[in-house]
Amino acid sequence: MSTVQVVFTLNGAAVSLDLDPAERLLDTLRYRLGLTGTKEGCGEGECGACTVYLDGLPVNSCLVPTYQVRGARVESVEAIAAERLGPFLAQGATQCGACTPGVVMTALWIGAHPELLETHTIRELMAGNLCRCTGYDGIVDAVSTALGHGEPPV
Amino acid sequence: MQRREGLAKLTGRERYVDDLPLENFLWGMTVRSPAPRGRITAVRFGNDVDWSEFVIVDHRDIPGPNEILLIERDQPVLAASHVRHVHEAVLLVAHPSREMARRAAQAVEIVVVPEPAALDFRVAPRPEQIQYAADNVLKQLKIEKGDVERALAHAPVVVEGAYETGAQEHVYLETQGMIAWLEEDVLVVKGSMQCPYYVLNALQHALGRDERRVRVIQAPTGGGFGGKEEYPSTIALHAALLALKARRPVKLVYDRSEDMAATTKRHPALVRHRTGLTEDGRLLAQDIEVILDGGAYVTLSPVVLSRGIIHAAGPYACDHVRIAGRAMFSNAVPFGAFRGFGAPQTLFACERHMDVIARTLRMDPVELRRKNLIRDGQRTATGQVIQDGTDRVAVLERALALSTFEEKRRAHTAFNAAQRSKRRGIGLATFYHGAGFTGGGEVHLNSRLRVAGLPDGRIEVLSANIEMGQGTLTVFTQIAAERLGVTPDDVVIGEPDTARVPNSGPTVASRTTMVVGHLIERAVDDLRTRVGLDDRARGSVVKDAIAHWYAAHPGGRLVGEAVYEPPPGISWDEQRYQGDAYGAFAWAAYVAEVEVDLRTCATRVIDFVAVQEVGKVINPTLARGQVQGGVVQGVGWALMEECKFKDGAMVNNQLTNYLIPTSDDVPPIRVAFVENPYPHGAQGAKGLGELPIDGPAPAILNAVAAATGTEPRAIPLTPERLMDLTR
Repeated sequence: MSTVQVVFTLNGAAVSLDLDPAERLLDTLRYRLGLTGTKEGCGEGECGACTVYLDGLPVNSCLVPTYQVRGARVESVEAIAAERLGPFLAQGATQCGACTPGVVMTALWIGAHPELLETHTIRELMAGNLCRCTGYDGIVDAVSTALGHGEPPV
Repeated sequence: MQRREGLAKLTGRERYVDDLPLENFLWGMTVRSPAPRGRITAVRFGNDVDWSEFVIVDHRDIPGPNEILLIERDQPVLAASHVRHVHEAVLLVAHPSREMARRAAQAVEIVVVPEPAALDFRVAPRPEQIQYAADNVLKQLKIEKGDVERALAHAPVVVEGAYETGAQEHVYLETQGMIAWLEEDVLVVKGSMQCPYYVLNALQHALGRDERRVRVIQAPTGGGFGGKEEYPSTIALHAALLALKARRPVKLVYDRSEDMAATTKRHPALVRHRTGLTEDGRLLAQDIEVILDGGAYVTLSPVVLSRGIIHAAGPYACDHVRIAGRAMFSNAVPFGAFRGFGAPQTLFACERHMDVIARTLRMDPVELRRKNLIRDGQRTATGQVIQDGTDRVAVLERALALSTFEEKRRAHTAFNAAQRSKRRGIGLATFYHGAGFTGGGEVHLNSRLRVAGLPDGRIEVLSANIEMGQGTLTVFTQIAAERLGVTPDDVVIGEPDTARVPNSGPTVASRTTMVVGHLIERAVDDLRTRVGLDDRARGSVVKDAIAHWYAAHPGGRLVGEAVYEPPPGISWDEQRYQGDAYGAFAWAAYVAEVEVDLRTCATRVIDFVAVQEVGKVINPTLARGQVQGGVVQGVGWALMEECKFKDGAMVNNQLTNYLIPTSDDVPPIRVAFVENPYPHGAQGAKGLGELPIDGPAPAILNAVAAATGTEPRAIPLTPERLMDLTR
């Protein structure tokens, strides 16, 4: 199998890897780099459990070949400061936790872009992250509690 | 108290089975039957794979009986000569590369000579389709109270109806997975599961190992909903067989499509009602027939049927009741445990039927329920006297008040008259759910629980009950801490590891908080006695006494224990299906408001109120979350979640075409609790986890009926189904 060298910035540090150009960013993070906070829920971009930031935008890392992130900036849930997560704990935004890292990534990104709420509801903006446990109220409540600061997620 | 492991989950630090560090391991893959029924005549290994690189396991590698131990022993670990459903496991392969293992599994051809399959549980099988007993009936059960035929013959009004519910996929966000390895001669299996001792027993049986040579550990589990009750035994056996043959650790983790195709789902059901009433709507007789699709092996279908029929008559008083149930064999992937366990199916039928009755009698469906809700002193279908002091009509009134039911009904009349293509409606369901195992089930389980004092004065709870998102770690901590007057930090919850924890029973049936939590209270009382204190001793007095005990007993181990004891006065007759089916019932009234678009026939739930009496609420945030999550899962089952089957197997086994509700598909779920402490549950708690999935489907369909004037009788009520009714 031929490999290619891919250099990118991950959670603020430079990474250089030789890998199969078709390898998914999700697998690179989880199995090559041991960053298992990013979860696989469906493997086809439906559930959002594998959400990471690619150059500051939330993407499903199961749909991104790692080759595509060369020269780019990637942040995973491991880059998120725990102090930011108080509202999620208080509102019951996590139950089983399998969707949670992806939910956190999308939620903090919404928090960083309060202008989105002029045209969209939180429920619309969170619709790319499936959760089977909470019924979404805890998540939506946590996002609205954490909103309005315009703080960057990382 | 906030969720104990919450921050670990939010930061991604919690390690699920696929996240655990594992060295020098193989990835396992499963080769499955392509046919619903037939004889295996050959297994062909493709030429383009170097098979010497792979570990391969088939039925001949099973050291003990080729049986997955459950109620019956009809299900093989790996099919030997025959297959009974599509996706039945036949062969296992393992390789250091996941991709190589995947490709190899695809390069194996299982050659099956087809035989006539039974694929519709609703129609009587032809002789050549018979594969279980003389009639493909996996289990038959009957409840009889009074004289139904006579009461129906004399009833002024008789209303009939037939109701159908579809299969439902659990869609726990973490798919099924196990790892297995050997430590000296001990086989260790760790993974995603609800019932470590079910897995342990299944491993011991099929691998011919005694319990000293098998150890099962639950890894943090990303959702279960019943889907990780019985199925984990299968995947654990598969991982173990590969690890035993390879003499290396093996990881078997399903991807979403394999998980959806090959694992259990909620039993499809057909329920028929024939109900006799007075002209003013008093129930005189309920004649109910329940048919479940069990799938290709017995698995848990007999107990799902049992819970289904016990709940089938609804929370009403009626002197003459007959409920006949049967679970049918079919060549489908076996259906299994799913939150509610048969009750959601029969309560959907019951509560939809109540609205059909109301419309037939030209009566207000609210009034029909007020009139018939069971009062203290009255008996259920099994003859159980309800005497818990809960005012079930008050629960209903609270739901009506919170939802402004009457105002909305009036507003909808005006709205519907003014709108060309939108219709609004409001509907309700009143229902109940029995907590814990049915009948003598809890006595049979004989659950035991241990708490250990630690040398520094803290307490460790040792139980086989697991956290899967529902809050076990937090609630167990609260129960132990409250009982001893110590802080949550003084309580440790031990990892569910069968080498360390006693068998406190499975984490199912809404039993964990009520039944096992109560064992924690009794076990810490026992511990306190053992250090010479009585029940009044709390806080630092207890901690100091524990620390002193260790100082006085070097090398000793301080434990407190409790074994299940049934509440006094409980009796159950398994032969006649009469008596106290459950120690306690939770009661509820749910109200749904919907808007239907007559052009697209899409139904949207625009408001939802869930009021329930679940005894004492121990943790309001967690309890509310259980209800909200259960309701939304119920919204999915009612309106969108449709398993499409071909040859008994799900063909839309992807989240692309099996749709579950997103945040944008549901309104805020408004939750209220009425509290009436139950004396035999921890802190007065009753079971809660399953109740919330019983009510949404009938409440929503009743609302659609009110909105559109149709009588929908089957779920999921997809736009296609509703279009058939409205055109």
